[in-house]
Amino acid sequence: MTATHDTVPFAEAIAAFDPVLGLETHVELGTASKMFCGCPTMFGGAANTHVCPVCLGLPGSLPVVNRTAVESTIRMGLALNCRIAEWCRFARKNYFYPDMPKDYQVSQYDEPLCFDGYLDVTVETPDGPREFRVEIERVHMEEDTGKLTHAGGATGRIHGADYSLVDYNRAGIPLIEIVTKPIVGAGALAPQVARAYVTELRDLMRALGVSDVRMEEGSLRCDVNVSLSRPGEPWGTRSETKNVNSLRSVERAVLSEIERQAAVLRDGGRVIQETRHFHEDTGRSTPGRSKEQAEDYRYFPEPDLVPVAPPRDWVEQLRATLPEPPAARRARLRAEWGISDHEFQTLVNAGALDLVEQTIAAGVDSAAARKWWTGELARTANDRGVELAALGVTPQHIKRLEELVGAGSLSDSLARQVLEGIIAGEGDVDEVVASRGLAVVSDDAALLEAIDAALAEQPDVADKIRGGKVQAAGAIVGAVMKATRGQADAAKVRALLLERLGVSE
Amino acid sequence: MGIIGADLVRQDAATLARAMAEGEVSSEEVTRAHLDRIGEVDDRVHAFLQVLSTEALDAARDIDRRRAAGEQLGPLAGVPIAVKDVLTMTGVPTTCGSRVLEGWRPPYDSTVVERLRAGGLVILGKTNMDEFAMGSSTEHSAYGPTHNPWDLERIPGGSGGGSAAALAAFEAPLAIGTDTGGSIRQPAAVTGTVGVKPTYGGVSRYGLVALASSLDQAGPCARTVKDTALLHAAIAGHDPRDSTSIQAPVPDVVAAADEADVRGMRIGLVRELRGEGYQAGVSQRFDEAVAILTDLGAEVVEVSCPHFEYALAAYYLILPSEASSNLARFDGMRYGLRMGDDGARSVEEVMSLTREAGFGAEVKRRIMIGTYALSSGYYDAYYGSAQKVRTLITRDFEAAFAQVDVLVSPTAPTTAFRIGDKVDDPLAMYLNDIATIPVNLAGNAAMSLPVGLAPEDGLPVGLQIMAPPMADDRLYRVGAALEAALVDRWGHLLIEEVPAL
Repeated sequence: MTATHDTVPFAEAIAAFDPVLGLETHVELGTASKMFCGCPTMFGGAANTHVCPVCLGLPGSLPVVNRTAVESTIRMGLALNCRIAEWCRFARKNYFYPDMPKDYQVSQYDEPLCFDGYLDVTVETPDGPREFRVEIERVHMEEDTGKLTHAGGATGRIHGADYSLVDYNRAGIPLIEIVTKPIVGAGALAPQVARAYVTELRDLMRALGVSDVRMEEGSLRCDVNVSLSRPGEPWGTRSETKNVNSLRSVERAVLSEIERQAAVLRDGGRVIQETRHFHEDTGRSTPGRSKEQAEDYRYFPEPDLVPVAPPRDWVEQLRATLPEPPAARRARLRAEWGISDHEFQTLVNAGALDLVEQTIAAGVDSAAARKWWTGELARTANDRGVELAALGVTPQHIKRLEELVGAGSLSDSLARQVLEGIIAGEGDVDEVVASRGLAVVSDDAALLEAIDAALAEQPDVADKIRGGKVQAAGAIVGAVMKATRGQADAAKVRALLLERLGVSE
Repeated sequence: MGIIGADLVRQDAATLARAMAEGEVSSEEVTRAHLDRIGEVDDRVHAFLQVLSTEALDAARDIDRRRAAGEQLGPLAGVPIAVKDVLTMTGVPTTCGSRVLEGWRPPYDSTVVERLRAGGLVILGKTNMDEFAMGSSTEHSAYGPTHNPWDLERIPGGSGGGSAAALAAFEAPLAIGTDTGGSIRQPAAVTGTVGVKPTYGGVSRYGLVALASSLDQAGPCARTVKDTALLHAAIAGHDPRDSTSIQAPVPDVVAAADEADVRGMRIGLVRELRGEGYQAGVSQRFDEAVAILTDLGAEVVEVSCPHFEYALAAYYLILPSEASSNLARFDGMRYGLRMGDDGARSVEEVMSLTREAGFGAEVKRRIMIGTYALSSGYYDAYYGSAQKVRTLITRDFEAAFAQVDVLVSPTAPTTAFRIGDKVDDPLAMYLNDIATIPVNLAGNAAMSLPVGLAPEDGLPVGLQIMAPPMADDRLYRVGAALEAALVDRWGHLLIEEVPAL
C-alpha cells in the first residue's frame, strides 16, 4: 500500500458522494490546577517539574476530582444545550503507552456528564450566510497524557526513534471532549461547516471563560471523522484523522479526506477504518494504525473516584452564569452597529469583536472604535502573527486616544505613533505622548513663525499663491509639517497661511 | 505490676505506652528490645522484608526527647510497629512482595504512615506479603515465604502473613495490614492474633499500593482487642486525598473495647458460613465461643445470607478486573525493574519483558483473568454479573443487620496449613477466604480474634465478627468481651501458648 492515494478534485468528489462528518474536539480547560491533583496547569516550565505522585501515577497515589473542572464542563454542556447527568462516573480507558503514567486514562465512557445538545453554526455561501445545526452527542471530562518527544529516526514518531523523552507536565491537565453526532447533509459545505463548528466552539469556550483556547500551544485538538457514500446508500467506512490543531487544518483535513476517499471509492477500492495523521505542511494525511482490529480499551468504572452527582440547584445556578451565546451576540452587535455583513465579518475575522464592544462601552463612537481596531492595529497583529488582544493595546487606550484627537491635540498620524509606542511597551497614551513629545503644535505664533520661514525659503511659491494659485499652498504646508515633525494640524496651517497672505479659497 | 525486669517484647502496646508515659522505660529501650528480638528470630520467621533499625532508633529517641520536654504525645507514642510492605514510606523501598518494584523508593508517605508518625509510633520495618497482596499464605512473595511462629513449617496466612507473624513472634506489638479479601483477618486467625478490616473508606487508601481499589482497606493488627482499637483510632478518619474516604466521625472504638459488654446485643450466626467445609476443631472452638457470648448475655440467633454462596465467584472477577488495570503501570518505564532495554528493543518489548520477569505466576494469572473479564463482549457476563452479585450480597448484609447487631462466623475454614500444600492449587488457596470475602464485597467492617486451639492440630482458630458499615465499634465491644471471658477461662491470652522460637 502506498502512503498516499490519488485524489479526486473536490467538486467532482462531492458530485458523486455524500460526506458524513464526525468531530471529536479535546480542549484543555483553563483551571489553575490539574484534573485530579493540585499541580499547576501552566504551559511551559522545565520538563517534569509540574508533577506529583498523583499525576505521575506513582503506586499508591489516588485521584481527587477538580471541582472547577466539573463546573466548567457543566457550563460548556449547558451552553451547548445539553442535558446534564444527574449521576455519572469516571471510567478507566486501559491501554499501554509510555506517555500515560498509569497505563490507563481516567475518562468517561458510557456515562458522560453532558449529553444530547446542539450548536448552530453559520457558513458563508455564495448565496449568503447559511445556518447549520450540529448535534452534540456528549461532553465529558478526562485527563491529558504526557508529551513524548522522539529523538533520532526519520519519522519523528515512536517507531524508529533512537530514544524518546517524556514530559509529564501535561499529564493530568483537565480536558473536555466534545463529540458531535454524525453531521450529514453538509455536502460541498462540509469543510466549512467543520471549520465553523470548531470556530464556534472556540468562541463559546472563550466567552464562557472555561478555556482561553491557545491553539498555538495545542490546547485544542480535533479528531476528524469522515466517510463517504453514494447518495441513497448506507454510510461508508470512516477514517479518523487525529490531532488536527488549527481552524484552517480542520477545513483542509475534511477537504483532503473527501478527495482521498473519493479516489479510493472511484477506483472500486475499500476505505479502511484507520487512524490517519494530518500534516500541516502538505495539508494531506498519511495512514497511522489500522483500526480493523479495534483496540479493546476494557473500560470499567473508575473505582478510585466516587460518582459525580451535580445537584440540580447547582446546575441551575451555573445556567444563570452563562453569557450570551456568541451567535446571538453577533447578531445583536451587527444590528446595534448597523453595519453590513461584510464589514461585520471583517471584525470577526480580525478577532476584534470583544475589543470594539468594550471600546464602545468605554464611550468611544462606534465607527471610530471599529476604525482603530480593524485598521492599523489589525494590520500590526497580522504582521506579527499574534492575536489582536495580545498587542497590549486596550479599549481604555483607544478611548484616551480619541479624546486627544477630538480635542485637536493629536492628529491621526500622531495617534498612530502613540499606538506604536504602546505596542512597544512604552506606557499608556499620555506617557507615550510625553516621552515621544507627540503633541499637535497649536500655538499660532509658533506656526506663523514656521510659515514665515517656509515662505522665505520659497519666495516664488509665495508669489504664486498671492497671485491666486491657491493650490500651490500645499508646498508651503508640507514644509511647515516637516519643520514641525508632523505635530501640526495641516488644515490649520493652511488656513493660517492663506490668512497671512491675504488670500481666500 | 511494674514493667521493669519484664520481657518488653511480650508486653502489649497499651502496657508499653503506659510504662513509657510513666517514665518506667524509654521508647529507645522498647524499640531496641524489639529490634534485638527481630535479629534473634526473624531469620526463621521471615516476617520482615526490611528492618529500619537506624530510623526506628532515631524516631524512638526523638519521642523520648519530646516526652522529656513535656510535649503532649498520642496514646501510642513510642510504641514500635511493623508496616506491611504495600504502604509507601518516603525513601524506604516499597516492594509489595514483587520483583517488579525492586529498587523503588517512594517519594511520599502514605496517609497511614503519616498518621503513625504523627502519633509518635516507631516504625520498625516493612513486612512480607504475597505479591501485590494476592494470596492467603505469603508463599507468593517474591522474597520467600514467611513462617508461622506456631509451627515454622506452616503458613502464617496471607497476604499479610508478615505482619501477623511479626506479632505472634513478639517482633512487634502492633502491625498494619491491608485486607482485600481477608488479608488481615485470615492471617490473624491462623497466628492467634487480632486483626480488623475497618469499614471501607474508614482508613485512607492514599499510599496503599492498590490491588483492587473497591475492596482494599488498611487496618490494625495486634495481640489484644484493646491494642487493635488504639491503633485503629490512630489511623482512621477522613483524608481529602482519598475520594472514597468517609467524611464522618470515626466510631469510638477504644471506648467500645473498654466497655466490653455484650448484654442485650443480638448476635447472628451466618448459616452459610459454617458446617460443611470447616475443619472440625475450627467448628468446635467457634461453637464454644458462641456459647460464651450467650453466657455473657447476648442473644444468639441464626440468620441466612443466601447470596454468600456466590461471593467467591464474584470476588474472583471483580478483584482480577481491577487488579489488571491497577497493575498496568508496572511497565518498567518510570520506576522499579526494567528488562531488555538494550537500545534495540521497542517500548512494547521492554514493557512485556519487564512484566514477564517482574510478576510471579499468581499475579499473572489474575491479570489475565481480569483482562479477559473486562474485554469487550465478556464485560456484561463477567464483570457486570459480578457487580450484581455484589449488590445482592450487600442486601443480604442489610437484611441480616436489620435483625442483629453483629454477625459471627469462623474466620477461616481451617487452621494454618503446611507451606507448599496448596501453592499449586489456586482454587484450594482461594477457599481460605470464603468467610472473609463477603465483607470486602459489601464494604462493612469485620474483626478476627483467637478463640482457642483446634484439638486435632493444636493450632489457633479465629472467630470473625462482622458489623454494619461505620459500626466498627461493635466489633470491639463484642471482641473485647469475648477476649476477656477467654482470658478468664485460660488465665492468659492464647498467644502466650505460642511455642518458644
